[in-house]
Amino acid sequence: MLGTYFTFPELLIWLPFVAGIICFFLGKKNAAKKVALVASFITLAVSVISLFYTNDKYASYNNVSYVWLKYIGNTFYVGLDGTGRLLTLLTAVAFPVIFVATYNTKQKTPASFFGLMLLTQAGLMGVFSALDALLFYFFWELALIPVYFLCSQWGGEKRIQTTFKFFVYTFAGSLLMLIGIIYVYLHTPGRTFEDGTFSAHSFALSSFLNAGLTASEQNWLFWLFFVAFAVKMPVFPFHTWQPDTYDQSPTSVTMVLSGIMVKMGLFGVIRWLVPVFPLATVHFSHVVMMLCIIGIIYASCIAMVQDNLKKLVAYSSIAHIGLMCAAIFAMNQLSVQGVMLQMFNHGINIIGLWIVIELIERKTGVKNISQLGGVAQKAPVLTIFLVIIALANIALPLTNAFVGEFLMFSGLYRFNAWYTFAAAISIILAAVYTLKMIQRVFYGNTNTVTEAMTDISINEKISLAVIVCLIFIMGIYPQPMIELTKEAVSNLVAMVK
Amino acid sequence: MPTAAKVFGGYWFLRYMDNVLQKIVWWIPLLPLIGFLLNGLRRNTLSKKVAGTIGSITVLGSFVLSLLLFFQVKAGHSFNVHSFDFINITSLKIGFDFKIDQLSSLFLLIITGIGFLIHVYSTSYMQEEPSKDFAKYFSYLNLFIFSMLLLVMGGNYVIMFIGWEGVGLCSYLLIGFWFKNHENNSAAKKAFIMNRIGDLAFLLAVFWLITKMGTVNYDEVFSPVNLAKLSVADITGITLLMFVGATGKSAQIPLYTWLPDAMAGPTPVSALIHAATMVTAGIYMIARSNILYTMAPATQVVVAIIGLATAVLAATIALKQNDIKKVLAYSTVSQLGYMFLGLGVGAYTGAVFHVMTHAFFKALLFLGAGSVIHAMGGEQDMRNMGGLKKYMNVTHLTFLIGCIAISGIPPFSGFFSKDEILAAAFAKNRVYWGIGVVTAAMTAFYMFRLYAMTFLGKFRGTHEQEHHLHESPAAITFPLIVLAILAFVGGWVGIPEVFMHSGHKLGEFLAPVFAQTNVYIEAHHLQNELSHNTEYILMGTSILLAIAGIYYAWNKYSKYQKADIASTGISKLLQDKWYVDEIYDAVIVRPLKSLAMFFNNVVEKKGIDGMVNGVGKAVSYGSRQLRWLQSGQVGAYVLLMVIGMLVLFIIQLFL
Repeated sequence: MLGTYFTFPELLIWLPFVAGIICFFLGKKNAAKKVALVASFITLAVSVISLFYTNDKYASYNNVSYVWLKYIGNTFYVGLDGTGRLLTLLTAVAFPVIFVATYNTKQKTPASFFGLMLLTQAGLMGVFSALDALLFYFFWELALIPVYFLCSQWGGEKRIQTTFKFFVYTFAGSLLMLIGIIYVYLHTPGRTFEDGTFSAHSFALSSFLNAGLTASEQNWLFWLFFVAFAVKMPVFPFHTWQPDTYDQSPTSVTMVLSGIMVKMGLFGVIRWLVPVFPLATVHFSHVVMMLCIIGIIYASCIAMVQDNLKKLVAYSSIAHIGLMCAAIFAMNQLSVQGVMLQMFNHGINIIGLWIVIELIERKTGVKNISQLGGVAQKAPVLTIFLVIIALANIALPLTNAFVGEFLMFSGLYRFNAWYTFAAAISIILAAVYTLKMIQRVFYGNTNTVTEAMTDISINEKISLAVIVCLIFIMGIYPQPMIELTKEAVSNLVAMVK
Repeated sequence: MPTAAKVFGGYWFLRYMDNVLQKIVWWIPLLPLIGFLLNGLRRNTLSKKVAGTIGSITVLGSFVLSLLLFFQVKAGHSFNVHSFDFINITSLKIGFDFKIDQLSSLFLLIITGIGFLIHVYSTSYMQEEPSKDFAKYFSYLNLFIFSMLLLVMGGNYVIMFIGWEGVGLCSYLLIGFWFKNHENNSAAKKAFIMNRIGDLAFLLAVFWLITKMGTVNYDEVFSPVNLAKLSVADITGITLLMFVGATGKSAQIPLYTWLPDAMAGPTPVSALIHAATMVTAGIYMIARSNILYTMAPATQVVVAIIGLATAVLAATIALKQNDIKKVLAYSTVSQLGYMFLGLGVGAYTGAVFHVMTHAFFKALLFLGAGSVIHAMGGEQDMRNMGGLKKYMNVTHLTFLIGCIAISGIPPFSGFFSKDEILAAAFAKNRVYWGIGVVTAAMTAFYMFRLYAMTFLGKFRGTHEQEHHLHESPAAITFPLIVLAILAFVGGWVGIPEVFMHSGHKLGEFLAPVFAQTNVYIEAHHLQNELSHNTEYILMGTSILLAIAGIYYAWNKYSKYQKADIASTGISKLLQDKWYVDEIYDAVIVRPLKSLAMFFNNVVEKKGIDGMVNGVGKAVSYGSRQLRWLQSGQVGAYVLLMVIGMLVLFIIQLFL
């Protein structure tokens, strides 16, 4: 049946999509929550199974294309390669973890909340498997739109302002990308469909690769796409929507945003930007890299003086993403392989951090570092989890992030030693802000705010334990993950050469 | 040709043992890791007795295995063990490999041997902790041993780095063990961050190696083919960066200030991590990379000068400290400086020798100090001690042995190793020797100042403390006695040529590790030989100066009385540690913080965000003008987009 009626990418898209639609119609208290949880586990199972069918002889399980808007040369073309498989796996792992961890958080109108969450998941799956530019754009927006609603309806006090800023940024980016897509589309060769229909142009990735763009065309088109992706990652100076949005969104949405959605930007660069504009990629690699490195140092510095826990994590994430973006543009096997691992690892680690922060905020009602203290005495188990995740966040060896950062920096060094020296300062700064946070929040004596705090419950323990296990497995034995993405890395690096 | 007996008795047996050992090598780091997991996961249920036993037994097991390995290596069987690929991509292969040779097996013995003694000591020293924290302490200690073993056993720089950061983490956890007190936490944080600065330099050196050679395995990096790929600039840069890494871990200028603060941790931790093992990681790293350093003479000069400067600076500060642990901490920094001096002048064997003897006597001194602090009910200020000699017999005697050993009086261990370094320094540059020998005199002085203030004269503490004074239990005195014996005889494995022909057993043992360096030196005619007469004179001078230091200190402090005279001038400067911490704060910490505040308050909020909000307001204004989008609410935009999407679908349906 598999391969004939269904393919993995389709299952990954439609399962959460259908479940999400169902959720909207479930008015009862916990029904939507339960449906969402079950659906996310089924999706995870599909994603894990798909890892065993990576061989070329299973191509029919992994790729499918059918005509959608044929008169404009558009097909519903989805497929999984190493990169796609990695990120769909991340998406599939993240949602159940998020649902389990936030199971005790009460949402008003859970039906629409979980419905929108699942729609986002469907959109993300689509983004990571689309092999057609219009389809990619469609899923890109499908992933974003529910998030606007989630932020503006379920967010914190300043949610409207914040969502507005988020919207302005991402919408501007999306529009630029749409213009870019249309321009490239108009330069693609025509194609004839099986039933004889001919369209003058095509949105397929393969056609985009053969658009025959001149170097100067590539140079300005590059920026249309790059800004859209840069906003999403975000890269300095397109980042100011992020700390506010992370701060104001409901935490489970923040987890999706920071753990997975930022990868849309990186993925966009890997899947579309670099292959379609290889000349411009080489041409602008230094400019982009400098932006990234400024962003790394800049965001790390700001993280050092943040009092708001959520914003601290947000800025730390900007620094980490900046490094990943820089590593893509270093364009060698080491750096890109590092990015692949790190995209997954960063998602896992930051979701772990949010789980802990959400717990603290829920139990104490406070998210400012200066108001907390002595949590370790009241919640020792939570503290152990947090310390491990925080150490992974600063890439201590034998945790997952070390492998990724090590490869990225090695590759960056091969590209340019001075950039590496500058970017690597963040290794120190990360230790400064992370340890400061641990010290202020968890160590020391309790105060009136933390006095009544309790340790974590079983569902939170399970989700954190899953994250910690992933941290160590990927940190000690990263080779399977490397194998999964090796080919995609070689292909990408070859594009630029 | 091997005889039949040799074949049956020796060769096959060794082959067999080799096989077995290759398989059990893993257990050396694994045992402490198991201990860590057991104690860590079951900390709430284990009794103190069980937790302490688990902690100690696992390390003892590693020690026994290390001993077996040592004899194998001594019989000439060094080997590499590969277990699985850590990172394996086309352009870079890093295996989870162990390298067992003379250097690593010697360090294994030091780490597990002293580690075991300190575990035993801790079972008594930490007795007052609640059992949950007691188990936590032992789990951290075991994790430290695990990391330290990875560091020295690793067969490539990445595995070394894993251990390298691991020990830094354990040091952080143990310094901040009593985490309710923010002073401890700050000391822990400082240690971690200063170490990380060094770690970063180490990492950069590794990246440099990868870029030039595409490998990090010792055997490949040190192969002549690969070494030939390095230009002079490469090799100087790489070695300098590695050395910066070493200054972090081994507390040298400019990254030494964390070590004195690290005394906030429990005293056995100071003995194990901040004296005997972790802080010698930098020496291990350079000794391991000896051929690189030999080929980089410019770096060697830097190493020697930094080492010497640190030795002097720390010794001057130690002269004026009153906290018993602080004196020992600065003394450690100073002794580590000696080791780097040794490395810098090419006396690799001497440096490793001093690591070993220093591990014996400094662990002894710290544990002795712990015993004193224990008896004094937590008091660390020597001005409130005195006359402890008559209350604590074993502690007193063993401590005295430690003091003599560190002062460099023959035939105690410190004499041999320190003298070897000083002789090599003399051969390289007489100024090095001159400064070194003066520092040695200072060392003798401050150590006997410490001894006299603590054990001689009259007791100056409170009555309660006097009442409480007692000799420590056997779990504390047993390690003291063992270490005292080692501090006494430990130097006899390296008796210099002038006293005894081929008396330097350690040198012979380690020779294969430094063989490549020796070949290089001979090929480039870089040897510096000293005549026997010169060596006698050098030794005589350093012994005399040390005795003068001891005599002066004994005279001055054996009848020490508390006096409330505020120190002035140079004395105050020394007491306040040359204000190095304050200078770092003013030059680095505060400007960095101001920069960060500037980024946060001005660039971020007013600059970038200001611009974006401006655009946002314009859009908002524009949309207010359009009736059907009345309020500029996001929902309206979104609705529009959803409709757009639907229209696309509908078009598809009808066409």
